[in-house]
Amino acid sequence: MSTTTVPPGTRGDVEGGIGRTVDRPDGTPKVSGGFAFSSDLHHDRMLWGKALRSPHPHARIRSIDTSKAAAMPGVHCVLTADDVPGNPNHGLEHTDQPVFAADVVRFHGEAIAAVAAEHPEQALRAIRAIEVDYEILEPLTDPEAALDADPIHPDGNLFRHLPLRHGDPDATGEVSVEGTYEVGMQDQAFLGPESGMAIPTEDGGVELLISTQWLHVDHGQVAACLDLPPEKVHLALAGVGGAFGAREDVSLQVHVCLLALATGRPVKIQYSREESFHGHVHRHPARMWFRHTATADGDLVKLEARLLLDGGAYASTSPAVLANAVCFAGGPYVFPNAVVDGWAVRTNNPPCGAMRGFGVVQACFGHESQMDKLADALGMDPVELRLRNAMKPGDPLLTGQIITGTAPVREVIEACIAHPLPGEPGPDDPLMTLPGGAGLTAERRDVRRGTGIAVSIKNLMYSEGFDDFSTARCRLELSPDGQPVATVQCAAAEVGQGFVTLAQQIARSELHVERVLLGPADTSIGSAGSTSASRQTWMSGGAVQIACRAVREELLARAAGREGEPLAGSRRVRFDLRGSDVVDLDSGATFPVVDLLAEGPIDLTREHHHAPTDPLDADGQGNAHVSFAFAAHRAVVDVDPELGLVRVVQIATGQDVGKALNPRAVTGQLEGGIAQGLGLAVMEEIVVDDGRVRNPSFTDYLIPTALDVAPVVATLIEQPEPGAPFGAKGVGEPPTISSTPAIVSAIRAATGRDLTRVPVRPQDICL
Amino acid sequence: MTTPPPTPDALAYDLTINDRTHSVPSAWLGESLLYVLRERLGMPGSKNACDQGECGSCSVQLDGQLVCSCCVLAADAADGDIRTVEGVASGSGRRDGAPEGELSDVQQAFLDEGAVQCGFCIPGLIVSVHDLLDRVPDADELTVREAISGNLCRCTGYGRILEAVATVQSRRAGGGGS
Repeated sequence: MSTTTVPPGTRGDVEGGIGRTVDRPDGTPKVSGGFAFSSDLHHDRMLWGKALRSPHPHARIRSIDTSKAAAMPGVHCVLTADDVPGNPNHGLEHTDQPVFAADVVRFHGEAIAAVAAEHPEQALRAIRAIEVDYEILEPLTDPEAALDADPIHPDGNLFRHLPLRHGDPDATGEVSVEGTYEVGMQDQAFLGPESGMAIPTEDGGVELLISTQWLHVDHGQVAACLDLPPEKVHLALAGVGGAFGAREDVSLQVHVCLLALATGRPVKIQYSREESFHGHVHRHPARMWFRHTATADGDLVKLEARLLLDGGAYASTSPAVLANAVCFAGGPYVFPNAVVDGWAVRTNNPPCGAMRGFGVVQACFGHESQMDKLADALGMDPVELRLRNAMKPGDPLLTGQIITGTAPVREVIEACIAHPLPGEPGPDDPLMTLPGGAGLTAERRDVRRGTGIAVSIKNLMYSEGFDDFSTARCRLELSPDGQPVATVQCAAAEVGQGFVTLAQQIARSELHVERVLLGPADTSIGSAGSTSASRQTWMSGGAVQIACRAVREELLARAAGREGEPLAGSRRVRFDLRGSDVVDLDSGATFPVVDLLAEGPIDLTREHHHAPTDPLDADGQGNAHVSFAFAAHRAVVDVDPELGLVRVVQIATGQDVGKALNPRAVTGQLEGGIAQGLGLAVMEEIVVDDGRVRNPSFTDYLIPTALDVAPVVATLIEQPEPGAPFGAKGVGEPPTISSTPAIVSAIRAATGRDLTRVPVRPQDICL
Repeated sequence: MTTPPPTPDALAYDLTINDRTHSVPSAWLGESLLYVLRERLGMPGSKNACDQGECGSCSVQLDGQLVCSCCVLAADAADGDIRTVEGVASGSGRRDGAPEGELSDVQQAFLDEGAVQCGFCIPGLIVSVHDLLDRVPDADELTVREAISGNLCRCTGYGRILEAVATVQSRRAGGGGS
């Protein structure tokens, strides 16, 4: 397998090219307030749309009376399930979620109707005037009861059961530890609320400007629900204010199009924060049992685990999330034997789906808690236990798949723990830096410090045989001033991660042009797949790369043609792009790119597929994944045991990145991901009480502020990944995964508590 | 439910924003300053992430005080002096003679330090950081953290943002700022 990362003709030293810290093309408008997010969309004739949502987690709808709402001033239409002309359902893997609840509502916040009005206040009052007669039903809220309960949906209560059997299920060892762990429901809590605008088109179709993670999968679902041919539905990306998984599923897409088509007017929907909490999927709550068995020397012998994910009312990506939890239930360690079973079930809790880390977050909290427990039982240093069992290239996963790429597990651990520990707390430290912060509740003498470590593995790209690809177009031409300019187009959703920067860097490196423009991200070009699974650098970066290379080949062909012969056979290697010229390496003849482009623009589109994967077999075995990224985190915390308050003092990390294509952007991903991991560890949980969401606001659902996050010290491990464009691995998810268990491990060290649940709440520490 | 529907022509007033007077010819009295800026005056730089004063994305200065514009009634601000993200480049961080549209030193530092990802929180942070550094030019890191703790960011973990603030302070101390 080739390990070449900078192939001939691709320059690694181009100003603004790969490997450089390059400014974002959207940076200036984003700091000056001029960048148009989806909530900034405005049309002089637009109406405001708003959805009515169920106050009950489970109820039968006896009747809906919209007549009062429809008669209110400024109201243009009121729509219900009866007004959906096409498929009444949507969904990412299974189309099981109604556009509007028709006969039954299955979760608190499910949409029932939508209105369009001149003013948002009129829309709000109109939905309050819709009269719904509910027959309240008992909600199914315990995921353990779901399998035996009456089905709450025609498709049943089981989204997926995934068994995994690896090696000898009866293998034994001298030391076993077991534990049961829980993960609460975390929210992605992006800042930019769901929003978009639909504009009716003259051909009876609709244009939808939308903040999403995957335009094309929205496109298919929207067209089907509207019963419109795909060519009459056009989607374009509107500015995305963060995503983290919550924009993979359809939220307002169908509603806003229905309202626009019904009224013949542009319609805008913009969720409030409360509606945002109800309107997108969350991270799956998990209940997990593990038993780890090892020899007395600390060699892992067997993993046993049973994992239960609460998928909530509709399927979303639950089957894929479960596969990740099961496949990586052991973490980045070698187990010769494993017996794992996972279930994802339907309940009347809020629907759960994708969030950064995607199933691995839950598993990692369990397996890393277990590794600490096992080290304790063995009387072994927890770092030593991890190093002793760390995966390396050539080792098998629990699925039997052999790791053929890089696997620097030892390296990320060693780099992580090599960072100096922060200084001990001193009498002169500001009181604000004690746990409790500005509350000034802690006594310095009571504060206890703890340190913990955790390590993770994350699969990159889609798994289990999915045909994962991205499409990119590159056009090279002369601008009016006679200089070459490249335009790159790709439907990859820029959600903040910096793909737009990377696309420009790649084009500069491949084509040696300074000026690279970005075409619109929309459905006029083929799919780029989702901005998720840490996949866009690899998938769409790769698509941009091969599109640019195809353009470069055409430049060489034009040069060869000038010499009267085609670019074929041995002549192919005679030509190369050197700076702003194509050079005939044999004759020394040079052909300026500007001359070659005088023949006309070169405009080519290419699709990039990753190496195919296989489905898992009946025993959960198979080559189901493409590539893996590893990270280690060490947390230092101060704890006030009396009030149960925690301050995270420092996070150190080593992360396997393959190759940092934009080092400053990688740092931003690490720091941002760690903050979300910190949130899950000690702050963030959607509180669901008998099916009802109790805290759908930023007043009651707290995400880390600048006072809550800790300084991050990071080392990037750069071992180019074979087969990856430029050798780069996705970097977005790993920081979120093992930071959480590292922090909890540190709190255990400080308090001596078991702490089997995240987020760790004050009462878990002090009561 | 006898509440009358909002009457679009309820009120006319003027707002002074970034040293210019803007007429609001007819607006429902219940509209927030944020709504009027964004939807009636075509100034969407101030953002709407929570609509209850928790996230700071809508931060503006009203008579020199940092406020969440989602929690201020627009009509109440009629006699005030409002400065938004669209106006910071001509405020404290503007270099002498800088042309219209040039970035302030805070905006430039956010770009230089990689503080921008999705960018939704950034306009509010830009306004907050200007407010802080106008009041406390030599704020230490803890003071900076506390000052921007009312501005939620979900992408960055604040690391590059804190670097950007330090860069502004260093540049101003070196004579490169105002």
